[in-house]
Amino acid sequence: MLEVRDLVAGYGGVPILRGLSIDVQPGEIVAVLGANGVGKTTLNRAISGLIRTTSGAIRFDGAPISGLSAPDIVAAGLIHVPEGRKIFPNMSVRENLELGSYRRGRVNRAANLERVFGIFPRLRERTGQFAGTLSGGEQQMLAIGRGLMAEPRLIIMDEPSLGLSPLLVEEMFALISRIAAEGLAVMLVEQNVVQSLELAARAYVLENGAVVMAGSADDLKRDPRLMKTYLGM
Amino acid sequence: MLKFDIFLSALANGLMTGAVYALIALGLTLVYGVLHIINFAHGATLTAAMFAVFVAHSVFKIDPYLAIVMLTPLFFGLGYAVQRFVINPASHGNDSNILLVTLGLSIIIENALLAGFRSDTRSIDVPYGFSVIEIGNLFLSTPKVVAFFASFVVAGLLWLLLARTDTGKAIRAVAREKTGAALSGINVDHIYAVTFGLGAACLAIAACLLMPTFLVNPRIGNAFVLVAFTIVVLGGMGSIAGALVGGLIIGVVESLSGLYFGESLGQIGIFLIFILVLLFRPTGLFGAKA
Ligand SMILES: Nc1ncnc2c1ncn2[C@@H]1O[C@H](COP(=O)(O)OP(=O)(O)OP(=O)(O)O)[C@@H](O)[C@H]1O
Ligand SMILES: [Mg+2]
Repeated sequence: MLEVRDLVAGYGGVPILRGLSIDVQPGEIVAVLGANGVGKTTLNRAISGLIRTTSGAIRFDGAPISGLSAPDIVAAGLIHVPEGRKIFPNMSVRENLELGSYRRGRVNRAANLERVFGIFPRLRERTGQFAGTLSGGEQQMLAIGRGLMAEPRLIIMDEPSLGLSPLLVEEMFALISRIAAEGLAVMLVEQNVVQSLELAARAYVLENGAVVMAGSADDLKRDPRLMKTYLGM
Repeated sequence: MLKFDIFLSALANGLMTGAVYALIALGLTLVYGVLHIINFAHGATLTAAMFAVFVAHSVFKIDPYLAIVMLTPLFFGLGYAVQRFVINPASHGNDSNILLVTLGLSIIIENALLAGFRSDTRSIDVPYGFSVIEIGNLFLSTPKVVAFFASFVVAGLLWLLLARTDTGKAIRAVAREKTGAALSGINVDHIYAVTFGLGAACLAIAACLLMPTFLVNPRIGNAFVLVAFTIVVLGGMGSIAGALVGGLIIGVVESLSGLYFGESLGQIGIFLIFILVLLFRPTGLFGAKA
């Protein structure tokens, strides 16, 4: 469904991603793991059209998308829930969600709103509240909810557990697995290695803008190199 | 008793002028709120719109109120195109470049008008130009009353657009969170241009409302834009409600200080307010955090 091949991208001519390749199949949860600064967010930005790529290919459903604008990529059904949430702080929860279907999913807006409220009941209690006054966890729910409003076929989540309490991280991962159970493909970009590997079927480990390990989540869980690097064991 | 009537009439006149000031300030504050830049071409655009009303009337015999339905979409389109195809590409995403580009545009527009119309002051003659509405001892100029209510209608429509429509919500979204907007499928460049177009459209309406009682020359916009800028600062940069309330306040202040200190000093009250606001409440009456 998503194919990234030999991708080179960066900022101002400085390459951050150095020939990176990953795949996501329909309906699959794929984890993309890596320490701070390895280029995870840069990868997401390149895929979703926020930054231009230098070389390599990105295909979604077989069609090249690396030259498309961010709104056109949204229209194709590839939705990116960004790091830092990037919700609209000056607007209500409901308006934030409505704007999720600005480009895609507009005809089913009312039904999708209900669906999102079903997944995140806390958002329903706060429909009129300004998004900027939500707690961090609620903001993360809103960001995911806004993404779901566009009826994604593939959703990329950039560190959804960042800044959440351990209990809320549990809850967030449970919700993500529930969303994925509806058949949606999920690319889960995380530093939270253990929990991500519980959820994902496959995973990639990035270092320095390239894939250094890839395989099934079960194999990676037992890989001593991963344990050593990320868990200090 | 007579004194009170004069006061009332100055107050009413101030409110009526103030509503049109508010309309001019609306475009300025909207563009500031979304693009975070001061549009230096605002005054020149108003001048151009006023000349457009003048030409429509003197050449094509079109009534200024009828001209609203033609000039509003025309100026929306012009504002849209100029932002999207000139200002945006020329500024390379750099705010200080946008300032310079709009400044350059204002010089071009002003000089083109000077070349086309010379520096003469012109006005139009409409049959209702001097008609008045009588309320008790109060005589109100009909075109000014029309301008007063029309300004509120326009402000109300603008508010509805921003509050209720997807485009309006997208404008508010882009104002605060460009990346989040792009990832929701909003074309940020398009929304910037729409915002600019709305600003220009407000000016076209203001021009149509002003011309029955006002005159035009190639520099007329500057006088208005200084006042509009004061209103934007007073009301709070980027605030629609602030522009409306600020416009009315400034209109009344100008009119009353004209009454008590003489016509030529009328504007002093405005700039006094400007300085006081900057000193004591730099965020303005309805100002949000920077
Ligand atoms: N806008 C930018 N301009 C220049 N360099 C940038 C920019 N954004 C990120 N970088 C650099 O690119 C590199 C990769 O950053 P990126 O945000 O992709 O890392 P990450 O893997 O997402 O890290 P984290 O887990 O901390 O979010 C870093 O060295 C960073 O400094
Ligand atoms: Mg990151």
